[in-house]
Amino acid sequence: MASTQVNPTRMELTRLKKKRITAIRGHKLLKDKRDELMRQYLDLVRENMEVRLRVEKGILSANKNFVIAKAGMSEAALNTALMAPKQEINLEAGEKNVMSVNIPTFEYKTRTADENDIYSYGFAFTSSDLDGAVKSLADILPDMIRLAECEKACQLMAAEIEKTRRRVNALEHVIIPETEKNIKYITMKLDENERSTQIRLMKVKDMMLEEAHGYSQKAEEYEAV
Amino acid sequence: MYKIAVIGDYGSIYGFATLGLSICPVKTREEAKNKLKQLAEGKYGIIYITEAVAAEIKEEIEKYQEQTLPAIIQIPGVSGNTGAGVDGVKKTVEQAVGSDILFSQE
Repeated sequence: MASTQVNPTRMELTRLKKKRITAIRGHKLLKDKRDELMRQYLDLVRENMEVRLRVEKGILSANKNFVIAKAGMSEAALNTALMAPKQEINLEAGEKNVMSVNIPTFEYKTRTADENDIYSYGFAFTSSDLDGAVKSLADILPDMIRLAECEKACQLMAAEIEKTRRRVNALEHVIIPETEKNIKYITMKLDENERSTQIRLMKVKDMMLEEAHGYSQKAEEYEAV
Repeated sequence: MYKIAVIGDYGSIYGFATLGLSICPVKTREEAKNKLKQLAEGKYGIIYITEAVAAEIKEEIEKYQEQTLPAIIQIPGVSGNTGAGVDGVKKTVEQAVGSDILFSQE
């Protein structure tokens, strides 16, 4: 039985029928949305994992190079060498709409086009290991940007998929069955009411005829004869 | 126009300065919290954060998860890879699919 009381009226019935149509339509649309999101998400998350592993490996080896570079020169000299960076990165952030999820897209521009500007120091007083270390870090930068793009998109899409899945389930297992049950209840109730009225009318008609013609009396007389 | 920032202990992040990223060396939890907040409200599109620091300020990072920008990405520090970044990816798969069907065998 329905958890909430429904009025067995025609108006309510029309309302519920409309609600059912909307719910079914919404359910279908949301299910399509979920499927498409999932398809895109799975592609993206695979790439995300791939890029992440690559970046982590790159950072690990870059860190190793930095440690070696650090060992080869004094702390003060290293700090001085890295104190004033020449290069600067400007990030252009756009938004892409994937199935109503806004995911960021990043594009970066270095301040100067010269790729040697990552070396912010003269080469005279630094060890050559430092050059290698800086270069190895610069090499993984594009991957790092891509990682940020992918990972953020994955996070946002995962949240959206979860939300959509809940909505689909709520519609499928709660809203639609409940509406159908209520529609059935109202139809039954209205039919029952109609039958009841019909019977009452027949009964009244019988009574009125009886009063006008006195059938039962006649029948008794007939039996007596 | 956005910029990129790196948060972490100085030893892990000083190299990024040469590439033109802003580095924010932090030592304590409070410092990291305040820095993250300041950067997220500023003009930073991507914030890289070392796994060690990220583990300390999980709640603050989660706050920004639903926003499009900034993207807060964990990277391994100089002390080694804790696997937190990979776990993060697995967690999103779990959230989306219900269980980790892609990377669980690894």
